[in-house]
Amino acid sequence: MTARTDTRSATWRDWLTTDTPQSRGQARLGRAWAGWTSFRRNRLAVAGLLIVLALVVVAALAPVLAPYHPYAQDLNNRLLPPSAAHWLGTDAFGRDILSRLIHGARLTLMIVALVAATAPLAGLVIGTVAGYFGGWVDTVLMRITDIALAFPKLILALAFVAALGPGIENAVIAIAITSWPPYARIARAETLTVRRADFISAARLQGASSLRIILGHVMPLCIASLIVRTTLDMAGVILTAAGLGFLGLGAQPPLPEWGAMIASGRQYVLEQWWVAAMPGLAIFIVSLGFNLLGDGLRDVLDPKGD
Amino acid sequence: MADDTPLLEVSNLRVAFPTRTGMAEAVRGVSFTLGREKLGIVGESGSGKSMTGRSILRLVPPPGRVTADRLAFNGEDLLAASPRRMRDIRGRRIAMVMQDPKYSLNPVMTVGRQIAEAYRVHSKAGAAEAKRRALEMLAAVRIRDPERVYDRYPHEVSGGMGQRIMIAMMLIPDPDLLIADEPTSALDVTVQMQVLAILDDLCSQRGMGMIFVSHDLNLVASFCDRILIMYAGRVVESCRASELHAARHPYTRGLLASLPRIDEPPGDLPVLSRDPAWLEG
Amino acid sequence: MPLTGFAQSPDCDSLERVRLGASNREGVVLPTLKRGLTLLVTVAATLLGLLLVTFLIGRVVPIDPVLSALGDRANAESYAQMRTQLGLDLPLWQQFLHYVGDVAQGDLGTSVLTSRPVLEDVLRVFPATLELATVAAIVGAVLGIPAGVFAAVNRGRWPDHAIRLLGLLGHSVPIFWLGLMALLLFYAKLDWAPGPGRVDVFYEGMVDQVTGIVTVDALLAGETDIFWNAVGHLVLPSAILGLYCVAYIARMTRGFMLDQLRQEYITTARVKGLSETRVVWGHALRNITVPLITVIALSYASLLEGSVLTETVFAWPGLGLYITNSLLSADMNAVLGGTLVVGAVFIALNLLSDLLYRLLDPRAR
Repeated sequence: MTARTDTRSATWRDWLTTDTPQSRGQARLGRAWAGWTSFRRNRLAVAGLLIVLALVVVAALAPVLAPYHPYAQDLNNRLLPPSAAHWLGTDAFGRDILSRLIHGARLTLMIVALVAATAPLAGLVIGTVAGYFGGWVDTVLMRITDIALAFPKLILALAFVAALGPGIENAVIAIAITSWPPYARIARAETLTVRRADFISAARLQGASSLRIILGHVMPLCIASLIVRTTLDMAGVILTAAGLGFLGLGAQPPLPEWGAMIASGRQYVLEQWWVAAMPGLAIFIVSLGFNLLGDGLRDVLDPKGD
Repeated sequence: MADDTPLLEVSNLRVAFPTRTGMAEAVRGVSFTLGREKLGIVGESGSGKSMTGRSILRLVPPPGRVTADRLAFNGEDLLAASPRRMRDIRGRRIAMVMQDPKYSLNPVMTVGRQIAEAYRVHSKAGAAEAKRRALEMLAAVRIRDPERVYDRYPHEVSGGMGQRIMIAMMLIPDPDLLIADEPTSALDVTVQMQVLAILDDLCSQRGMGMIFVSHDLNLVASFCDRILIMYAGRVVESCRASELHAARHPYTRGLLASLPRIDEPPGDLPVLSRDPAWLEG
Repeated sequence: MPLTGFAQSPDCDSLERVRLGASNREGVVLPTLKRGLTLLVTVAATLLGLLLVTFLIGRVVPIDPVLSALGDRANAESYAQMRTQLGLDLPLWQQFLHYVGDVAQGDLGTSVLTSRPVLEDVLRVFPATLELATVAAIVGAVLGIPAGVFAAVNRGRWPDHAIRLLGLLGHSVPIFWLGLMALLLFYAKLDWAPGPGRVDVFYEGMVDQVTGIVTVDALLAGETDIFWNAVGHLVLPSAILGLYCVAYIARMTRGFMLDQLRQEYITTARVKGLSETRVVWGHALRNITVPLITVIALSYASLLEGSVLTETVFAWPGLGLYITNSLLSADMNAVLGGTLVVGAVFIALNLLSDLLYRLLDPRAR
C-alpha cells in the first residue's frame, strides 16, 4: 500500500516539475509549484503569509471567535487588567478588548481590501495606457503622476478626510486617492519593456484592438510587480489608517477600529496601559505580516539579485 | 632572495564554489612554478585562468574556496599567511593589473590620489613625497603631462591612458610579481601594443616575474617566455613560447589551427571540436 | 521613498535614478540652462498641482462657507451679498486663480480658532517641527549609515539579519503607538525622560523667541538650565521619529554598499593592500555619499510628515499638532494652510535632493 502511495505522489511531483510540460495548464501549474517551493523555503515569508491568513480567518469568523459582544458595555468592570475572564482586559467602558480587537480585524481587512482593489487598479490602467500609447498621452499622464508622487500622502489624506468628514469610507477614499501614483509608474515601466515586443506586433497584425492588447497581453505582465508592491504597501496602508483612526478621523465610535482604540486608551496609558498597548500590538503584527509576505513575494516573483 | 627559490610555486591549486547541486570547481588541480620570467596563461572563458590569478592573491570572492598542496611565494606559504600578512604582500610584493580601467579605478577619486595611495600604503611617505613619486610613475608609463593627468578623474581619461595609470598604480610599490589579468582586452588594437610595450619594459627593467592571463593565443605567444594552456580548470599544455607550434595536446592544436594566417589562402577555418576526454586533463 | 505610508519597498520611485546613477557628459552652457528651466517648470507645475488639490479639498467641504460666515440668521439678500463677497459666484477656475493669487501674496486665510492669519500661526509653530525633524534626521543618519555599512559588509551573517530584522520591525510599528509606549516606559515607569512638551511647564515662555527653536534660543540667551531641559524633552520624540529614519537609511545604505562592494575598483583597492576598513570607508563609502545625501534629504521630507502623529503624542507644539488641533475644530483654513506649507516644503526637499545629486556627482558634471 505504502509503495503505491509513494509512487503516486512521486509521479504527481514529477508531473509538476517536468522540463517538458504537455499542456499550457501543466506549464502554469508547474511554474506556480516552483514559485511555491522557493517561497516555502523562506520561513519569514511563510510567517507573513500565516499572519495574513489569520487576519482573514479572524475577520471572517469574528462573531464566532469573540467571547463578548464588542459593543457590550459593563461599567462595573471598567479598565480591568488582563485576566482569565478578559484575556486582554477591558477598556474605559468595560468592553472586552479581545473581542473588540477581533471585530476590529474586520475593519482592518475591509480597509486593506478596498484600497488594494482600487489604487493599484487605477495605477495599472493609467500606467499601461501611458506606456502603450506613448506620445502626448504618456507625457500628460506621467506629468500628473510625477506631480502626484511628490505630494505628502499622509498630510493630504488628513486634509481630505478633514474636508469630507470623519468616517471609515472617507478614510479609505483618502488613502486610495493618495496611493495610486507608484502603481502607475510600475505599470508604465513594465509596459515600456514589452511595447516593442514581437508578440504585441503580431497581435496587432491579427487585428486586435488596442484595448484588447492592453487588457489581454500587457496588463497580465504587470501583475507580478504590482502584486509585490501592493502587498508591501498594505503594511503602510494599515499604519496610515490606524494613524487616521488615532486622530479621530477614521471609523467613529463605537466601531472597534484599532487606531481609534489606541486614542481612547491614551488617557489611561500611564496606569491601565493594556487599553492602548493591545491594539497597537495587533496593528504591528498585521503590518509586519504584510511586510514579510511582500518581501517573500518579491524574492519569488521579482528577484533583483540581492 | 636565494637564486634557486622560484618566485612562485603552485601545486595542485583548486578553487571551488558551492552551488545548489554541490561544489563546482573552477580550477581543478593547476600546478606550475614561476621564476623571474613572463608566463602566459591562455584559455577561453570559463577555463579558470582568471581565478588562478586571483587565488594567488587570495582574492577569490567568497563563498569560493581555495585549496592547494602548495602555494608559495618566495618560499613563503601563502595559504597559511594571516590576513595581515596577505595585506602586506598585496601591492608590495604581488600586484595585479585588471582588464578595464573604466571599472577598476575608483570613479570618484582623482587618478593621482589613487596612485599616491598605493605608494603610501606600503611606505611611511607623506602626501608630498607620495605625489612626487606618483608623478614620476606617470612619466615612467609615458604619460606626457603628468601634472594635469594627476588631477583627472578616471572617466576623463581614455582607455589606454587609464590602463597605463593602472600599471603605474600597481608598479609604484615595486612588487616582485605582477599578475596581468587580460590587461589589453578592453583596449583598441592600436593602443594594445603600446601598453604591452610599457608593461614589457617596466617588468624587464625591474626584473619582475609576470603572469599574463589572456584569451589571445597570438598575443601571449609573442609576449611571453612560457605558456600554459588551460581548459575547463586544468592545464592541458605547458611549453616555451618559441615551441608553441610543436604543441601536442589536441586542444592547443585545435586553437592553433583556428587562427587565420595572413600568408595562407583564405578558406574555411577548422572549427574546434571538443573532446569530452579533455575534461579529464 | 518618503516614509509617508510608513512602509517602503527599496525600489522606490524617486530614488530609481539615484541607484542607477546618471552619467551624462554634455557641453556645458545650453544644457545647464535647459535643465534649470525644466527644473523650474517642474517645481512650478508641482506647486500648482498642490494648490489645485488643496483648493479642491477646500471646495469639497460639506459645510456651506456662506452660512458659516453669516451665521444662522441670514436672509436671501445678505446670503447673496456674502456669496459675492466671498467670490463664490465666479466660475470655479476663476476662483482657483484668485486662490493662487492669494497664496502667492501669503494670504492663507484666517484661522477660525485663533482669528489670526493662518500664515502667521504656521510660521509661529513651524520652528518646533523643524527642530524635531532635524534632530531626528541626525539621529537617523548617525545610526543608520554605520548600521547599513555593517550589514552590507557582513552580508548573510547574523549582523546583517539582525539589522534587517530591526529595520523590518521599525517600519511595521505604528509610530504614535511606539511614542505612547516609550512615554509609558521611559517617563512613567523608569522616570528617565521628561514628559510631553518642549520644556517643563515651569520654564515655559521664559526665553525670548529669536529663532523659535527653544534649544537655540536658550543657548543664545545663555540660559543653560533651560537648554538642558529642552534637550531632555527632545530626546524621546526625536528618538522615536529618528527610529523610522534609521530603518530606512540603514536599508538604503546597505543596498548601495552591496552594489559598490561588487565593483572591480574594490578588488583593485584590496590588491593594493589596503585594510578592509579603508576599502569600505575610504573607497566604497565615497561612492555612495551622493545618493546618501539624497536619501537623507528625502528622509527629512518624510520626517516632516511623520511629525504630525509624533507631535500629537508628545504634545509638541509644532506644525503637526497645529494641523491636528485645527482638524478637531474643523478649522479648514488652518488645515489647508498647514497642508500647503508642509506640502510645499516636502516638494522643495524632493527637488533639492534631485538637484544635490546632479551637482555633487563628478560623473554628472
